[in-house]
Amino acid sequence: MEQLLFYIFAGILLFAATMVISVRNPVHAALFLVLAFFNAAIIWVLAGAEFLGIALVVVYVGAVMVLFLFVLMMLDINTAPLREGFARYLPVGLLVALLMAVQLGAVILSERAELIGGTIPEPAADVNNIQAIGGVLYTVYVYPFEIAAVILLLAIVAAISLTLRRRGGTHQQDVAKQLSARPEERVRMVKGMSGSSEARRENQ
Amino acid sequence: MLETLIWETAKIWAVLIPLFLAVAYFTYAERRVIGHMQSRRGPNRVGPRGLLQPIADALKLLFKEITIPTYANRTLFLIAPALAIMPALAAWAVIPFGEGMAVADINAGLLYILAMTSLGVYGLIIAGWASNSKYALLGTLRASAQVVSYEIAMGFALVGVLMAAGTMNMGGIVEAQAGPFWNWFWLPLLPLFLVYWISGVAETNRAPFDVAEGESEIVAGFHVEYSGMAFAVFFLAEYANMLLISFLGATLFLGGWYSPFEGLPVLGPMFDWVPGTVWLFLKAGFFAFCYLWFRASFPRYRYDQVMRLGWKVLIPVTVVWLVVLTALVYGGVGPWF
Repeated sequence: MEQLLFYIFAGILLFAATMVISVRNPVHAALFLVLAFFNAAIIWVLAGAEFLGIALVVVYVGAVMVLFLFVLMMLDINTAPLREGFARYLPVGLLVALLMAVQLGAVILSERAELIGGTIPEPAADVNNIQAIGGVLYTVYVYPFEIAAVILLLAIVAAISLTLRRRGGTHQQDVAKQLSARPEERVRMVKGMSGSSEARRENQ
Repeated sequence: MLETLIWETAKIWAVLIPLFLAVAYFTYAERRVIGHMQSRRGPNRVGPRGLLQPIADALKLLFKEITIPTYANRTLFLIAPALAIMPALAAWAVIPFGEGMAVADINAGLLYILAMTSLGVYGLIIAGWASNSKYALLGTLRASAQVVSYEIAMGFALVGVLMAAGTMNMGGIVEAQAGPFWNWFWLPLLPLFLVYWISGVAETNRAPFDVAEGESEIVAGFHVEYSGMAFAVFFLAEYANMLLISFLGATLFLGGWYSPFEGLPVLGPMFDWVPGTVWLFLKAGFFAFCYLWFRASFPRYRYDQVMRLGWKVLIPVTVVWLVVLTALVYGGVGPWF
């Protein structure tokens, strides 16, 4: 049963991954990528790695791809110019593809990983996923973890400082200024004409 | 094998059918409550006291034509409502309605909730983009930016709950709050509780943060091109999400199925006969009522102020309180830790 489910989801995953690089519309490609992530997450959950599976959905599907789509939606996408340089970029593309294939092959075929013919270790019954990962992450791998955190912080600071470039002549709303505004500063009461509406009508 | 399948399916329907009914009558309650807050009567013609109004509305929407704009992306236009409702229903799987009464009592319950609520935004994004309409796209941009921003604050608030409870299992989180009402997490996590509730209202795109709909500026936002059942599905998803946020608030901060007088000398045994589910529904009902109350009371926020509140007020508050909370947990303060 589990094996059958695995093949179904793996099939969808491969189909979605192929569609990502073959459909013309970038928005469709992004959505197929979402489908691919989703199926990868399901396969992880099937393998017993529920924490990693759900974390994949939270991070990649819930955050990264939403921002991706957000940007893609605002572009006026004309697919014709995108396909123009196909022949020119082909050699470089092939080289990159070859490199990636070699790397993947090296990982899959390596003796240490035991991906072929190896068995998935049974998860311990009394320790749940999250506790196990937390236990290792904050003890054995604490330095890589902290360094990754600092790099991410650096990325945030860099991204914010890039957008802080101020252009002159733009209109901006300063909320503090708006909140501290008092009626006396903004509205000047002038003495109205007597009988207001009637008097005005006579004046016209 | 087959037996478990049937049993699990039965459990899912046992949650979904009451949920659909609750959503239908939540819309009725909304119109009645806001009506009375505005010195009107609200719907009172269909059936006794207007009680059949939601049924009539549902039937009306069912028989209406679904129009698809000529230049819309047909497939995505029709998929979008399904993508909106799927996570809104799936998230209910881990809500414990009583001790051990959840469809799926999984270890990573809180993380699962976070994953499902973050998926809801796809429905909005795809609906707005596939409609190929300016107002829909504007609504989509507003909605997605807002949901993504408030998700961060909400995620941090949930991290606080996780730290306080020491588990991600929803039942475990409730059990960590066992005791009378001052033992519940709303007290030690008061700032996070407020942040959770504010960002919960913003996540569901409800007043006063309903700029995604903004009928006075962009007509109806992302679902402006939808009609008939397709529109009804978006509507259903929105109300199911509101109820979900209400039940989550009751579970995570107000002690879930525990009575407010649990373990007190005289009052405790006096309320022993009330089942835990009733307490949970009362607490969630309070949050649901607040949704309606807010809508009747507050004017809509300006969009830049919505974003300012999310990024510059709520997120710093949560970060500071997480540090305070660490100290509280480490020091083993009060009845909570």
